[in-house]
Amino acid sequence: MAVSISTDAKVEMLRRMMLIRAFDSMLPDLYTRRLIRGSSHAAIGQEAVAVGACAALAPTDYITSTHRGHGHTIAKGGDVNRMMAELLGREDGYCRGKGGSMHIADFSIGMLGANGIVGGGFGIATGAALSAQLRGSGQVTLCFFGDGAINQGSFHGAANLAGIWKLPLILLCENNQFAMSARAEKMVAGGDLAMRSAGYGFPGVNVDGMDVEAVRLAVADARSRALAGAGPTLIVATCYRYQGHFSGDTQKYRTKEEVAPWLERDPIPAFRHRLIESATLSAAEADALEEEVQTAIAEALVFAEASPWPEPHEAWEDVHA
Amino acid sequence: MPEMTYSEALNLALREEMRRDPTVFVMGEDVAVWGDRGGVFGVTRGLVEEFGAARVRDTPINEEAIAGAAVGAALTGMRPVVEIMYSDFLTLTMEPLVNQAAKLRYMFGGQATVPLVVRTNLGASGGKAAQHSQSLETWMMHVPGLKVVLPSTPADARALLKTAIRDEDPVIFFEHKLLYFQKGEVPEAENLLEFGMAAVRREGRHATVVAAQAMLNLVLEVAERLALEGIEIEVIDPRTLVPLDIETIVTSVRKTNRLLVCHEATERAGWAAEVAMQVSELAFDDLDAPVARVCGANVPVPYSTPMEEVVIPDQGRIERALRLLLRGTGA
Repeated sequence: MAVSISTDAKVEMLRRMMLIRAFDSMLPDLYTRRLIRGSSHAAIGQEAVAVGACAALAPTDYITSTHRGHGHTIAKGGDVNRMMAELLGREDGYCRGKGGSMHIADFSIGMLGANGIVGGGFGIATGAALSAQLRGSGQVTLCFFGDGAINQGSFHGAANLAGIWKLPLILLCENNQFAMSARAEKMVAGGDLAMRSAGYGFPGVNVDGMDVEAVRLAVADARSRALAGAGPTLIVATCYRYQGHFSGDTQKYRTKEEVAPWLERDPIPAFRHRLIESATLSAAEADALEEEVQTAIAEALVFAEASPWPEPHEAWEDVHA
Repeated sequence: MPEMTYSEALNLALREEMRRDPTVFVMGEDVAVWGDRGGVFGVTRGLVEEFGAARVRDTPINEEAIAGAAVGAALTGMRPVVEIMYSDFLTLTMEPLVNQAAKLRYMFGGQATVPLVVRTNLGASGGKAAQHSQSLETWMMHVPGLKVVLPSTPADARALLKTAIRDEDPVIFFEHKLLYFQKGEVPEAENLLEFGMAAVRREGRHATVVAAQAMLNLVLEVAERLALEGIEIEVIDPRTLVPLDIETIVTSVRKTNRLLVCHEATERAGWAAEVAMQVSELAFDDLDAPVARVCGANVPVPYSTPMEEVVIPDQGRIERALRLLLRGTGA
C-alpha cells in the first residue's frame, strides 16, 4: 500500500469516519424507540482506528472484529442498509436477523465477523492468515481487538502461532482505555501493551489512535512486512471510548473532567480540519459530506424498517450447511 | 478384503482425502514427527513424508489456538483436520468449537461454512486416569451446529472420516483408544458412509442394545454367549450421534420391545438418556419394560486397576442388566 494516497482516498476516509459516527449515534434513539434489542456497542471516538486500518488494506484482505464492530464493517466497505436491517432483526440484514449487532459479517468484503466473545477473533484471524499462507493468496488478515482481549489466553495462542509460522497477520489493539469499567492501566500487567510482542519475536508499535493517517501508515507498514513473509505485527492504537460500554452504561467509573481532553482530540474534526488546512477539500464540501452521511443513515433506517421480519421457521435454518 | 488396524484405516482415509483435495491439511500436537513419524496413536504416520510440513503441521501445545486457527482456516477455503491428542483436552477448545465453529454459519445467516474436522479419542485404556480417559461425546452432542461421529470398526473409521472431511460442517470425530490397534477388513475400493445411518451389528428378537466402540465389542461378546442359551440380542451401532439414526433404533425396538443403551461416558445426562427419551416419545407403546442403561459411573475415572475396572462397564454388568431386562419373558 502506497505511503501517500490520493485526495479522493483521504476524503473517503473522512466520509467513512463520519458514517461510523452517524451510525453509532443512532443507537440510543433506536433503543428508545424499541426498534432494537439485546446489546450493541458504540465505537464513537474510535473511528480513526477502524478507518485508518482498513484504508491500508486491500479489498481482498480479511478482518476480524469485536463486539464493538459496526465501525470495522463500515470501514471495510460494508453496507449500512444491511447493517441497520440486521440491528432491527430483519430479513435483509447481513445475517437475516440471526446475529444482530454483535455478529455482523460480510464475507464478500473479507469481513469475517464481529464477535460476542472478547478475544474470539484471535483464532479466526490466525486461521485466516494460515489459510492465506497455505493458498499463497497474498492476502493479509487484520485482527481488531481491545485492551480487554489482550489479557485472554487466546491472544497468547494466536501471537505464538503467528510468530513461529510467520503468518501474514496484523494484531491491531484498540486501546480505548476501558474493558467495560476496568481500566487498561490497572488490568494489563507490564504497562506498555505493545511491549507484549517482544515475547513472540515480532514488532510492537504504538500509534495515536485518534489520528487516522498515523493508523493508516502503521498498518501499511505492518501489511508490507506481512506480505514480505516477515510475519505478524502488533499495533496498539491508543484511543478513547467516548460513550459507555453500551447504551445503558451509567459510567460512574469516570469523570467528565477525564473525558474532556479526549473530546478535544476528537478524530473526526481533527481530520476534517487537516484536510481543509491542506486544501484537500473546502469547508462547504466537508459540510456536504456530513449531510450526505446523515442522509445515508436516515435512508438505512427507512430501508431497515421496510424490510420484512424473518419467518419464525427460519430459526431452524442454517444450523448445518 | 485386506485387513488393517483402525489406526491404519484412519491413516488411509487421511491420505486418500489429502491426495484428492489440496485444501485438506492436518495439524495438531506431535502429528508430524513424533515416534514412528506421526501421532501418539500412529494415525498420521508418514503423512509428512508424502505431503510435506506445510500440510502436516506440528503445533505448539495450545489446544485453543489449534482449534481457533482451524475455524479461521475453514472459514476461508481450507479443510483442516485437527488432532486433539485426548478428548479430555477438548475442554481447552470449547471457546473456538462451541462459540465459534458451531455457530458462525447460523449467526451469519448462512454466509459461512466451517468444514472442519476435530479428531480426538475417548475412553479408558489401562490406567490413564481422570484427565486422559474421559468420554465427552455427549458434551459435543449437546451443541447445535456440531456433528458427532463414533466409528467402531476399521472400515467405518475410514469411511466416516472421509465423509467427515468432505462435510461442510464442523465434525467432532471421536476415536477410541482401545480400538486403534484392532484389526478388521477394509474394502479395497474407496467408500464413504453417509452420516445418520446406524449399523445393525447383530440381529435378534429378544432385546435391542445400542452401543458403540469398545462397549459395542463387549456387548457383541455378551450377545454371543447369550445366544447359546437361545437369547437373541439385536445390537445397533449408531455410528453418528449427530445426526442420530433413531429410526433404525425404533424399528428394532418395535420388534424386540426391550431396549438397553450402553456407553462408557458418565451415566448422568449421557447420550443413553437422550436415546431412551426419543424412543419413549416415538415407541412408548412398543416397550414392554423401562429402558435400561449400563454406563460409566458418575465419578472421575480412577487410576488403579480394581477401581478403574468397576467404573467402566464390563461384560458382567451388561449381562446382568440384560437378564434383568428380560426377566419374566421366558427368553
